[in-house]
Amino acid sequence: MSAFKDFDTTWVMVVDIDKCTGCGACMAACQTENNIAPQPDASNKLRTVSWMTVYELSNKMPFPDHDMAYLPRPCMQCGNPPCVSVCPVIATDKNENGGIVSQIYPRCIGCRYCVAACPYHARVFGWYDPVWPEGMQKTLTPLTSTRPRGVVEKCNFCHHRLNLAKDAARAQGKNPEDLEDGAYKPSCAEICPTGAISFGDAKNAKHKVHELIKSPNAFRLLERLGTKPQVYYYSKREWVRRQGDNYLKSEKV
Amino acid sequence: MEKKSGKAGGVGGFILLFLVGLVGSLIVGWVVFPSLLFSQKTQPIRFSHTVHAEQGMECEQCHYLTEDGQFMGLPSTESCADCHPDETGEDTPNGKEIDKFVNEYGKTGAQVPWLVYQYQPDNVFFSHSAHQGFQCTDSGCHPPVETMDAPPVYEENRITGYSKQTMKMWQCERCHAQMGTSNACYVCHK
Ligand code: HEC
Ligand code: HEC
Ligand code: HEC
Ligand code: HEC
Repeated sequence: MSAFKDFDTTWVMVVDIDKCTGCGACMAACQTENNIAPQPDASNKLRTVSWMTVYELSNKMPFPDHDMAYLPRPCMQCGNPPCVSVCPVIATDKNENGGIVSQIYPRCIGCRYCVAACPYHARVFGWYDPVWPEGMQKTLTPLTSTRPRGVVEKCNFCHHRLNLAKDAARAQGKNPEDLEDGAYKPSCAEICPTGAISFGDAKNAKHKVHELIKSPNAFRLLERLGTKPQVYYYSKREWVRRQGDNYLKSEKV
Repeated sequence: MEKKSGKAGGVGGFILLFLVGLVGSLIVGWVVFPSLLFSQKTQPIRFSHTVHAEQGMECEQCHYLTEDGQFMGLPSTESCADCHPDETGEDTPNGKEIDKFVNEYGKTGAQVPWLVYQYQPDNVFFSHSAHQGFQCTDSGCHPPVETMDAPPVYEENRITGYSKQTMKMWQCERCHAQMGTSNACYVCHK
């Protein structure tokens, strides 16, 4: 595995699981924002393209104690990404300030080592040619490039929105490397009707997420693998936090 | 003996043939193929930058950055129609060109399909607001149209469909490296 990469700016997402209602607005917003074509067979979950997936969690207890939760899962933008070190053609890399793991589609050869290496199932392979039915091509945006069949794609925290935010900062005479809280936000964070998704620079004390990730109720998925994800979850419920990793019964979370 | 001399002549002939073949391939590779590769196109309207600059127009009137840092690269038909609302009826080449604009675009409201010499693939992100410190023609980014009375010929790559002038990745990266700007993939790719 490659070494942990640290940057002056670290874009992180914090998802408050207790606020998530599982409505799926984040998934829908992600699909339109990132030019994900309508799926030929959306019921085949092994072959659907989805960058943001909402999982259902259950405490598996019988009725009156039953409880459930929803967990939206984008790409974790790991500080120590297992997908990057396995790529034979450097189509994916973590080398930009902010720590977003890049995926360059024209360089990808579709070998899918990264898909296998990712412990979060965040990477998907395009099994079909993307086809927009007559009229629907009007929903395409020029901000993200479309992917052909046969390459791997994944969430990139709507990186194009970071580019636009930097351009706006330049036009207003501000420092593009020191964006204000909220100037850059992925579409899922923007659309979430309950405000469950917060986003910002973990290294910047003026950003809300800087404090949020220090909470004892904040956790990351499979933290003990050492991938150092840039996506944090937050829940006051202990059973939810327990599901973040493979804890033994005796362990306290 | 006779056989041997015949053989020696064969080798000489072979070398000659080889040289002819080599020179031929070099000509094909360096001259014929590049000229076949690009088709030549002309702009839909023969727009003259010098004529308009003589009217005292600033570049920013047609090419400008918006408040949120986006670059409005080409002027709209409406903005041209402000000054060219009606046919001139003139018989001069300039008058005819204006009439062509008025008839084909001004009256229908269609946008002029200008050919952009520096058009990039859609997976490339370029920021004009980050490069404001440079001249338009620096590093061969744009042709010096402001000194030209007629737009230069647009050369289109027959295989890729891109303009011959489209800057290649190594050219962008070389300047970034020289200026100490990041060359991370996501700086330029989307
Ligand atoms: C009246 C509007 C107008 C003004 C004023 C104007 N331009 Fe243009 N410019 C255009 C149009 C239309 C095109 C597209 C046709 C073409 O390329 O000739 C264009 C194209 C260009 C291009 C080519 C871009 C490319 O790569 O395809 C450059 C460079 C350019 N202009 C620079 C300038 C500069 C410098 C000035 C100021 C001296 C200026 N323009 C003033 C309308 C204008
Ligand atoms: C500020 C007013 C103004 C604007 C805006 C303007 N023009 Fe012109 N244009 C002129 C004038 C004045 C002339 C000179 C007329 C002449 O020579 O008879 C001219 C000449 C021309 C000509 C003939 C000379 C040449 O360039 O070949 C064309 C074609 C033309 N304009 C097209 C356009 C287009 C296309 C636009 C929009 C991108 C545009 N103009 C915007 C004022 C304007
Ligand atoms: C003549 C030199 C030069 C060339 C050629 C050049 N750049 Fe740049 N570029 C720079 C400099 C200098 C900066 C830093 C500007 C700043 O930080 O204000 C920059 C910044 C950028 C940025 C913004 C970086 C950020 O962190 O927000 C992007 C995007 C970019 N360049 C893309 C490109 C692309 C794409 C090309 C090729 C088509 C290109 N550049 C060619 C000099 C160049
Ligand atoms: C400074 C800007 C810049 C940076 C940094 C950059 N690229 Fe590019 N890249 C471009 C431009 C512009 C093009 C389109 C022109 C061309 O094909 O050369 C391009 C084209 C490509 C292509 C070819 C696409 C095609 O369809 O042929 C690939 C593959 C690619 N880039 C991969 C990468 C990877 C991987 C990285 C990071 C290691 C990277 N690029 C970094 C500007 C950049």
